[in-house]
Amino acid sequence: MLQSWVIVLASFLYLGILFAIAWYADRRADTGRSLIANPMVYALSLGVYCTTWTFYGSVGRAAASGIGFLPIYLGPTLLFALAGFILHKMIRVAKANRITSIADFVASRYGKSQLLGGLVTVIAVVGVIPYIALQLKAVSNSFAILASYPEIVMPATAGAVPLIQDSALYVAMILAAFTILFGTRHLDATERHEGMVAAIAVESVVKLVAFLAVGVFVVWGMHDGVGDIFAQAAAIPEVARRLTTADSPAAYGTWGTLIFLSLFASLLLPRQFQIAVVENVDESHLRRAVWLFPFYLFLINLFVLPVALAGMLHFQGAGVDADTFVLTLPMAHQQEGLALFVYIGGLSAATGMVIVETIALSTMVCNDLVMPALLRLPMLGLATRADLSGLLLEIRRWAIAVILGLGYLYFRVAGEAYALVSIGLISFAAVAQFAPVVIGGLFWKGGTRDGALAGLAAGFVLWAYTLLLPSFAKSGWLPDGFIAHGLFGIELLRPQHLFGLTGLDEITHCLVWSLLVNLGAYIGVSLQRVPNLREARQATLFVGGAEAAGIPGWRGSAGVADLLPLAGRFLGLERAQEAFARHARQRGLKAIEELPADTRLVNFAETLLAGAIGSASARAMVASVVTEEPLGIDEVMNILDEASQVRAYTRELEQKSLELTRATAELREANARLQQLDRMKDDFISTVTHELRTPLTSIRAFSEMLQEDPKIDLPQRVRFLGIIVSEAVRLSRLINQILDLAKLESGRAEWTVAAVDVAEVIREAAESLTVLFAEKHVILELDGREAGLIVLADRDRLMQVMVNLLSNALKFVPAESGRVKVGVGGTTHEVRVSVTDNGPGIQAEDQDMIFDKFRQGAGTSDVLTDKPQGTGLGLPISRQIIEYFNGRLWVESTLGAGACFVFALPRQAGDNDASKSTGGVP
Amino acid sequence: MNRSRLTAQRLAFLFLLGCFFFNYPLLSVFNRGGDFFGLPPLYAWLMGSWLALIAQMAWVVEGRND
Repeated sequence: MLQSWVIVLASFLYLGILFAIAWYADRRADTGRSLIANPMVYALSLGVYCTTWTFYGSVGRAAASGIGFLPIYLGPTLLFALAGFILHKMIRVAKANRITSIADFVASRYGKSQLLGGLVTVIAVVGVIPYIALQLKAVSNSFAILASYPEIVMPATAGAVPLIQDSALYVAMILAAFTILFGTRHLDATERHEGMVAAIAVESVVKLVAFLAVGVFVVWGMHDGVGDIFAQAAAIPEVARRLTTADSPAAYGTWGTLIFLSLFASLLLPRQFQIAVVENVDESHLRRAVWLFPFYLFLINLFVLPVALAGMLHFQGAGVDADTFVLTLPMAHQQEGLALFVYIGGLSAATGMVIVETIALSTMVCNDLVMPALLRLPMLGLATRADLSGLLLEIRRWAIAVILGLGYLYFRVAGEAYALVSIGLISFAAVAQFAPVVIGGLFWKGGTRDGALAGLAAGFVLWAYTLLLPSFAKSGWLPDGFIAHGLFGIELLRPQHLFGLTGLDEITHCLVWSLLVNLGAYIGVSLQRVPNLREARQATLFVGGAEAAGIPGWRGSAGVADLLPLAGRFLGLERAQEAFARHARQRGLKAIEELPADTRLVNFAETLLAGAIGSASARAMVASVVTEEPLGIDEVMNILDEASQVRAYTRELEQKSLELTRATAELREANARLQQLDRMKDDFISTVTHELRTPLTSIRAFSEMLQEDPKIDLPQRVRFLGIIVSEAVRLSRLINQILDLAKLESGRAEWTVAAVDVAEVIREAAESLTVLFAEKHVILELDGREAGLIVLADRDRLMQVMVNLLSNALKFVPAESGRVKVGVGGTTHEVRVSVTDNGPGIQAEDQDMIFDKFRQGAGTSDVLTDKPQGTGLGLPISRQIIEYFNGRLWVESTLGAGACFVFALPRQAGDNDASKSTGGVP
Repeated sequence: MNRSRLTAQRLAFLFLLGCFFFNYPLLSVFNRGGDFFGLPPLYAWLMGSWLALIAQMAWVVEGRND
């Protein structure tokens, strides 16, 4: 039944089904109902990690080293335990920056360096090509073995078969055609391939079911359960050794190294990065994958050891390669259908790996190697060509063909020299070189482009010297003398015992040296200088979370007129227009033409282009149309200083605390003033009560005397009544003045402000007091010179002041010999009025006090009655009035030489006269 | 945000646990002959602890209701 044509037909049928699934998923994606937007598909598509190296090779490795196949799958399990820290962050960063490959990721992180992207691409291509060769070998071998059924014949060595009969060549060609169909149907701005992911998920299921089917058949069909196999194995010493692993430090070291290595490989292999990061639809899908992907690995490894042991038991000494046990065990038991299914499973594993890997590599080769080079060659005139989208696809198709061609070449020349598993590990070690720059770049802002270049280059050179060249030598490409004796015969330079380091297997040896030098160069060279502006910006985008959002990428602008044609050249005009229209709608604009020429538009165009041609080339292309303004010093500071946010926050806090301190001081001051006012109010009230009680007491005393003794004679009675009346007058004057003062102080007094002639006021005041002066025989001299000294004031109030000052003077001058003199003078600014008397004068220490309420100068009270001669409110009221009109009232006096009260009022309208002239504070 | 940080930390703890489970010296304890319910001890230990670790990871990201 298993003739060649049946197998070929089954293969094509299977590939056809896959293609139909991919086509359908692509169509669904175009209509917006994605088939792959669920966490299950994401987790399954991650199963692309399991290639033929797993499908056939695990059993081979188990047959050679027992449980030693397992670390390759424990590593990814541990990686997904760290998903929350590493993968999640990578997905976020990649989405935000439209990262399309691992080369793009590294290039973008270190300042969008084309050189760095190119270096990563070269390492990835060189490192992964042997791995692709491995898939070709596995498919062609399994085909040859299956085709020779019912015989079990190991295929001839690859080099021995004529080219034209070599099935691997056809496998390579078919896979190239298939990958081109899958991966480069059209150019997508996000470089995502929904159809491919759907097909890969299906392939993961197929290979898992195929392997489990073999396992079930071997364990329960051929044997009596797992225990039976182990029991039989334990009986044969040769096989029993596989039940334990070598118990030596070196063996445990190798074990640990493999876990570590596969941990990085499952993240950094181009296909893993493509599926896990680039093709991720929704970062929440990672949640499911955290356990589902490890569980997938667990299932596919469940029967590896039993199958390997069963194969060893069954084919003892029959010369059957352990790598083929999965296929040959069913064949040996005439299970044709199962054997064909296993072959299809193997085909799944191979096609899945080859498709994703070559698509990822072709994107890298196109974006980071070929395009930058072509754009630099002026003779091709690409920089001015209108539509490059076709060219991009063309380059990718050729890249796929060339990569598979190289894979075939490697297989053809070196394919037989190594067991499957070693080839896979060489690739793993190559991509492990990306670990320092990728992981470091995610968590350390100090890495620079130079550091990354140095680290990668050094790691790559050491990897090539300690692992790749020896593998070439073992294949006969190179004389193997240098392995045994070192380069130029120098013992220290033996590639697998570099500098005399022995006791390690070749993979561990290579990793120790290459990663040591890689990490050392990366950090050491990075620390030579401060990251430049662009590196710092990218570092913030990759490392920092929230604060990165505010950092502008471009300080320049270009309009739609420049950017749309640019994007159109790489994406095709139609696609570019669609994308711009979407962007315009997102910004709430109706048409593309309305988009303003701002930084946001430039950033949008750059990310759009980055999806198609990689971030480094996108930057270069956008730079050609944008005239960039230099960054302002403030922005530079913001970007460079990691603590800028913290600093801003601290500044804010400081400011707040300053404000609080100020407010506290104000409050304290206000409180003190309130307390003072309160004390003053208490004083005032007690004084007022005292002042009111004095006249009241005398009124009451004299009234009682009149009431109690009706026989008081008339003259006495008249005298008493006179006292009562004068005290009552004094009382009402006191009360009037208190009310007046209260009004003034509370601002409720009414003012009628007008231009007032000071001389006239003085004359009137003097006239009203003429009688009193005459009674006491006091001479009043008026310096009645000129009229026309005009001030802005309330006439009645000014009169009140004048009367007050005059009657004050009258009170204190001696009768008969008293003299009071009123002087008027003026400067250009003010009018001065003085009232001079020849009374007793005022002590210097009392001169301020007399303007306080109820305070009178010493010796101003009547010696006999101790009765003050005034209310003690006249001067305070006068001062309030004068000050209301922006004037000053003071006294000049020496004790015994009379006193001179002076007030000055501004002559011209002052600054605030306008408000004063409206009069009357409500 | 806090919730997802906690989940990430729980997973990181499982990472450390896994590193301990799958490496020397714990490995050497099981690296011997004899059998454990018909299975070689090393195989039983690795597959068993691996499965347990995966179950823990699933529980952390999916099952915990808190």
